[in-house]
Amino acid sequence: MGNVSQNYTSALPIIKSKLSKKGQKLISKKEWPVYFILTLAGFATAIASNAFIKQIADVEIKVYNVAGINLTFNTFYRFVLGLLILIYGISGIYSYFDPIRRSNFAYRAPFRFAVGIGLGLWDFLGTKLLLLPQPFFPGPAKILEAFIMEGDFIWENTLYSLRLFVVGFSLGVVFGIGTGILIGWFPKVYYWVYPVLKMTGVIPAVAWMPFALTLFPTPFMAAVFLIIICAWFSIAGLTAQGIQSTPKAQLEVAKTLGAKTSFLVFHVAVPHAMPQIFTGISNANGFAFTTLVMAEMMGQPGGLGYYINLSKVWSAYYKVFASILVMAILFSLIMKIIAKIRDRVLRWQKGWVKE
Amino acid sequence: MSTNHPVTEDIILKIENVNRTYIDEDDNQVEALQDINLSVRRGEFLSIIGSSGCGKTTLLRLIAGLDKPETGRLTLDGEEIVGPDPQRGYVFQQGGLFNWLTVEKNIATGLKARRVYKKNKDLISHYINLVGLTGFEKAYPHQISGGMAQRVAIARALINNPKVLLLDEPMGALDSFTRADIQEKLLELHKKNKTTMILVTHDVDEAIYLSDRIVIMTPRPGKISEIMEVNLPHPRDRGSTQFLAIRKEILEKFHLASALPQPEYTI
Repeated sequence: MGNVSQNYTSALPIIKSKLSKKGQKLISKKEWPVYFILTLAGFATAIASNAFIKQIADVEIKVYNVAGINLTFNTFYRFVLGLLILIYGISGIYSYFDPIRRSNFAYRAPFRFAVGIGLGLWDFLGTKLLLLPQPFFPGPAKILEAFIMEGDFIWENTLYSLRLFVVGFSLGVVFGIGTGILIGWFPKVYYWVYPVLKMTGVIPAVAWMPFALTLFPTPFMAAVFLIIICAWFSIAGLTAQGIQSTPKAQLEVAKTLGAKTSFLVFHVAVPHAMPQIFTGISNANGFAFTTLVMAEMMGQPGGLGYYINLSKVWSAYYKVFASILVMAILFSLIMKIIAKIRDRVLRWQKGWVKE
Repeated sequence: MSTNHPVTEDIILKIENVNRTYIDEDDNQVEALQDINLSVRRGEFLSIIGSSGCGKTTLLRLIAGLDKPETGRLTLDGEEIVGPDPQRGYVFQQGGLFNWLTVEKNIATGLKARRVYKKNKDLISHYINLVGLTGFEKAYPHQISGGMAQRVAIARALINNPKVLLLDEPMGALDSFTRADIQEKLLELHKKNKTTMILVTHDVDEAIYLSDRIVIMTPRPGKISEIMEVNLPHPRDRGSTQFLAIRKEILEKFHLASALPQPEYTI
């Protein structure tokens, strides 16, 4: 026994070095139950707040039949919270056996508790006490009603947004990097194109909307065009900078190794510019989300922005919130994917630059 | 009077009446090189020494084809040098490694650039082994030391099997222990591969330790003032009387050759 604990203590510094987050502590098995209960308690409170306090807001509680089960939005909301408790419960028990996972779980416990309490408070202040004006601030349960009511329609609109984003953004990235390489490599192109890029780059893409809507045969193509130009200019600018900052020594070395122009561009200058290219892509990403939603709100036959507009007309604010919720999830996912690609491409920087 | 390397009078590289001027920041015309004539023997280890501004790096860049002479011509085996070519490998003072590529991929660059990678893949591990970097194949340049980085740069140039290896102060930025280590490596490679090596340095000891011949250059205008044979057997003893005698001779020449005394050479 004594030996085991000694080994454990001597391994502590190594384990500690694996904790990634700032201010993260190592949690022993004895401390674990506290964090386990804390994680689940918030969501349990939210369920209790929804189930046991009487609703006074004048909100019609409809009964939906989903796959043979009768649901109101309240029971659905409690079901979702229950599902969260189940998921966190399982991941908590799983984490119990590994010091790193245990510490990571404990690190997130206070935040998860706060989320649960926040949901409970929102429900309580809104639909139970009517302190938040209705229907502008629907309770969390009411927002979920949108998904029971017209989940298919929301899904359709999500796919529309996603399609618009993927087509527009990937074309924007391709054009942006292409233009950036030309500007960065050929002084003539730089002379003639860069000033144009600088001028047009500051214009918010949506300003081109009226023009885009008349020029393109379908609204979808018009929106794609807007997303392309908003990604194009910011990526092109940074790509050009990256290409231009390629050290002369690296290019000269490559030449003495037998490299021709295409090799110099694609195997020396472009890899060297990759960090800047990804900065451009991240910047463009933010602009592209804005442009996407604006375009959808101003004249698209579908999409999450369109869904917001449609719901607003009927004062169905819970649906607006539902759409915002989907955006939050969708856009974070896209950001995460891009970050993963960046980490993969720039893995050589690991340990070289401050992260 | 014998050297370890059989040096023949077979000339590999000929530099004839080369002049090179450039305009500096103050619009003055600077003669970087004036009337340079030099014949490099096949398989020899030649060092070019001189103070900064004597044009030694400019000369090396001309040989590499990274720069062009105003007048005169440079020929490698009778063929005029018009631009960079893998026949003339070049090692920079600060590696110039591609920091996004691993050691092994840096070394493979020449094969890829010449589109002969598939046929010659096996060469990579051979050259990694040759410069003593086995085990570091997957490391990135920022993960290895300065001395190792220079060995990568040397292997990267050698994998093209160049006729001439040009070394532009490759040990200038290294500490003295690492420097000695790279010097041994260069001698070993020279012996094994019989590649002609031209080294630019400002370290007199280094030049004597490594070279078959030493070209002494003087600045403003950049000129060759003398070419010295070093007829000492390898391995050379830096403390031997012959070694010190050559060193004294060179240092004296510097004082004679330079209009101003150069403090960086008072050792």
